[in-house]
Amino acid sequence: MAVDRLLKLLIDDARKTPAQLAELLGLPEDAVRRKIDEYEKSGTILYYRTIINEEKLTTPVCSALIEVKVQPERGVGFETVADRIAQFPEVKDVYLLSGDYDLQVLVEGKSMQEVAAFVAQKLSTLKRINGTHTHFVLKKYKIDGALLSARPGDQRLAVTP
Amino acid sequence: MSALTARLSRAALNMPPSGIRKYFDLAATMKDVISLGVGEPDFITPWRTREACIYALEKGQTSYTSNYGMLELRQAVVKSLERYYGLSYDPASEVLITVGVSEALDLALRAVINPGDEVLYLEPGYVSYAPTIMLAGGVPVPVPAKKAEGFAPDFAAFAAKITPRTKAVLLNYPCNPTGSTLTQDELAELARLCVAHDLLVLSDEIYSQLSYDVPHTAIATLPGMHERTITLNGFSKAYAMTGWRLGYAAAPAEIIEVMMKIHQYTMLCAPITAQKAALEALANGHDDMRDMIDEYCMRRNFFVRRLNEIGMPCHVPQGAFYAFPSIAATDLNADRFAVQLLEEEKVVVVPGDVFGPTGAGHIRCSYATALDKLAEACVRMERFVQRHRRQ
Repeated sequence: MAVDRLLKLLIDDARKTPAQLAELLGLPEDAVRRKIDEYEKSGTILYYRTIINEEKLTTPVCSALIEVKVQPERGVGFETVADRIAQFPEVKDVYLLSGDYDLQVLVEGKSMQEVAAFVAQKLSTLKRINGTHTHFVLKKYKIDGALLSARPGDQRLAVTP
Repeated sequence: MSALTARLSRAALNMPPSGIRKYFDLAATMKDVISLGVGEPDFITPWRTREACIYALEKGQTSYTSNYGMLELRQAVVKSLERYYGLSYDPASEVLITVGVSEALDLALRAVINPGDEVLYLEPGYVSYAPTIMLAGGVPVPVPAKKAEGFAPDFAAFAAKITPRTKAVLLNYPCNPTGSTLTQDELAELARLCVAHDLLVLSDEIYSQLSYDVPHTAIATLPGMHERTITLNGFSKAYAMTGWRLGYAAAPAEIIEVMMKIHQYTMLCAPITAQKAALEALANGHDDMRDMIDEYCMRRNFFVRRLNEIGMPCHVPQGAFYAFPSIAATDLNADRFAVQLLEEEKVVVVPGDVFGPTGAGHIRCSYATALDKLAEACVRMERFVQRHRRQ
């Protein structure tokens, strides 16, 4: 399904109310409510979440991107392993990729030790996992389309013809 | 008049000063101002376009281009005029790349006007029309739009202003400052008048992409119009490239040839850096452009509803990014409204009569501003209108 204008608005700012959305889109409010309801029921809209700039937090967050090589299983391929990994709450993203390795896993913890321990004890010990490569995240520049660097303010002249 | 002033060009001295300057100077002295006075997009030029320019610079592309503009860019312009409006021009001889649409308009006027020729244009209209017609040796003939009908053209008034000296009609739609555009019927009627009186048409369609409710129709596509129309457009509004100063004219080869001659001697060519960037905008900038236009349209829907709600009645502008509400509910004229609104509530607007006497009693509000700022501006204007309500 193509990302329609309603979804685009919600992706940008999930706090917009159906009334506001309806006005911006030039649609009746109940039509917008119905559409959002449909999206929620069909699982098109999964969650409404907040993007945090972790550098501003007082409690540190440590994250790592982990390349995982998997021995696929007859009949189910990567599904069982991927699902086992995805169930851990420390795991934020799991993708199956083309290329040199199979799964890419984003793990978050409170410290480097915590993340390292998770990889050593939980992830790499899983059945059918042939190896892992851990890359700790040093700095984030853009998260989910949101740039973290300061944007220049309005530089236009106050009045122009 | 000082001795030095007395030695300067009378034509230039006689030009009216810009009616906008005063509000600019006032706003410049204040902090926390929300400006609805800006006639340009609030978006920064999309990154892909800026990046293409940086790449061109790195490659050392810093030379002059053809006087007409890079052939590759003219070809891309022709393709986009075909794609969006069904226009057809020869890139080799019927397109001239200029320094903003402003230069294109100036060249067009200088190319067609003989001393004393009259040029008709709708009023309220863009501030530079009368002065540039005058500088070209022509006589500006403003035709008042129909205030009560969303500033639609008044054809009776139009026909009444046509004389044996009328050379051309200067159009601007969607219109700065009213946001009104011309309907199919109005365009057909205008075309009929122009053909009947054998008038040239200079059509400033810089806001053409910013048409929200019905797709833009280029007047040159109407029967009998291609051969008498100079289509003027550019990159400033649709591609958020105001500061790059890049526009173009498309017209029959004889007209472009004369415009090019003036351009060649006065400007030589448009900057190559801007031309390189524009190539990228035309090649890959469609989606970025559509996103910006969607955003303007959403702001318009919000802003116009709020203006009507807070006692500033406003027709629904079909294009550009201006609302042109009436301030008749207050006891202020447009100038006092603008000055006091700025002093009391720190919101910048432009009085409607800056754009012609028919704009009196109205103000121009640009909604090329983020939604949250528009919302705050409406809160401030609502307070202001309450305070100055006509007794």
